[in-house]
Amino acid sequence: MEKTEKSAHATGGVLVKRGLAEMLRGGVIMDVVNAEQAKIAEDAGAVAVMALERVPADIRRDGGVARMSDPYLIEEIQRAVTIPVMAKARIGHFAEAQILEELQVDYIDESEVLTPADEAHHIDKWKFSVPFVCGATNLGEALRRISEGAALIRSKGEAGTGNVVEAVRHLRSITGDIRKITQADSAEIYAWAKNLQAPVELVREVAKEGRLPVPLFCAGGLATPADASLVMQLGAEAVFVGSGIFKSADPARRARAIVEATTHFKDPGVLVKVSRNIGPAMVGIEMDAIEVKLAERGW
Amino acid sequence: MKIGVLALQGDYLNHVAILNKLSVNPVLIRTPDDLDVDGMIIPGGESTTISLLLQSSGLYLPLRGLLNSGMAAFGTCAGMILLAKSVIDGRPDQVSFDAIDIVVRRNGFGRQVASFETELAVSGVGPMKAVFIRAPVVEKVSGEVEVLSSVNYSFPDSADRQVPVICRSGKVLVSSFHPELVGEDRLHRLFLERI
Repeated sequence: MEKTEKSAHATGGVLVKRGLAEMLRGGVIMDVVNAEQAKIAEDAGAVAVMALERVPADIRRDGGVARMSDPYLIEEIQRAVTIPVMAKARIGHFAEAQILEELQVDYIDESEVLTPADEAHHIDKWKFSVPFVCGATNLGEALRRISEGAALIRSKGEAGTGNVVEAVRHLRSITGDIRKITQADSAEIYAWAKNLQAPVELVREVAKEGRLPVPLFCAGGLATPADASLVMQLGAEAVFVGSGIFKSADPARRARAIVEATTHFKDPGVLVKVSRNIGPAMVGIEMDAIEVKLAERGW
Repeated sequence: MKIGVLALQGDYLNHVAILNKLSVNPVLIRTPDDLDVDGMIIPGGESTTISLLLQSSGLYLPLRGLLNSGMAAFGTCAGMILLAKSVIDGRPDQVSFDAIDIVVRRNGFGRQVASFETELAVSGVGPMKAVFIRAPVVEKVSGEVEVLSSVNYSFPDSADRQVPVICRSGKVLVSSFHPELVGEDRLHRLFLERI
């Protein structure tokens, strides 16, 4: 048997950060506000839970400043489940992120769902050994977040609405531009970088690989098993579900159904079975009826 | 030779990419109808989620039957947990296939901040870059299980220990890290050689 010296072990590198996102592929990450919800999520087959103070639908309804969760609630959630625990920090609020790193959360979501703390700057995510996920509405935004150190990108969608239309727009925008860039010649890459306001090295990498350098997940407004199937077929590699589960009539059954639908997203037979008789979905909101568009937060 | 890759959840497409590099075109396994294979890869992912989906898809019992009657298998990380004889710190309802005589502790190295990369020395193979993500710790190896590589690790509550990270028993190969994340194909070759 060969042995390896421990001095060589390195934590917090790009490979381990992006690696955890790779392991979450094909799974469902569920928003939870307390240990009881976290348990329901794990029982239903969630690959991870996202701890936040209030689900987006409640933030939308009640208003006020939305912040990082109380550390006590995060610790309670960490004790309740064995799957990865993510937590949200406000855009630009690196002190919240430092607290979350100290709590050893598994991923930090620098999230537009919370009230931004900085109107010009996102967190310098390279300074942390905990990986970050960030939202994006288009390819330029995704690449800017990656250049700041994000190890996972999700569509922003329009959280708390139960309406998938914005998530679909963001996904199609990102994957559509990736397809176009793979056809660009070397001179056109510079124009793409300029138009996307993104670093040319990252644009070149996307052109070569035909995908983002990190996994692309979908979030924002998913409420049904069919929604999960739709976005997986459009190129999402996993899904985040927020208000869609715990604002529905039967969270445990709906959570389970969305997990099954995310795995069997190409199998209409399974989708019929898991969608049948799972109780009412959250009511949802039309885009024209909303006052604050969360997706516009972030720069 | 038909190879299956369990495609319920996790980084199964990374395994497909490695197999394609070795000119093997695998079947993605999501239902019992897909099980007409000579060997099987179980990818990294969340073992509790995969365990639940194995049961709801009806794959668990037929797959367990195939593995217990000697089908070749390769599991990485969550795949190691699922192939192990028994699991510590899992969920009580979590299933495993008992295809290799090892006891593993789920997330035994700790949370994501403890995830690490290192350089291994692998018996009969040579140096290998290895990425451990919330990886399982092999606590006990019994019977005819060979340990092909191990790491020296300092756990917070005990002295340094040698932890096996690649184990093999007959046609079953497991690693607690992810060769598929770095384009490493030599363990896949070892798996394919024994089919």
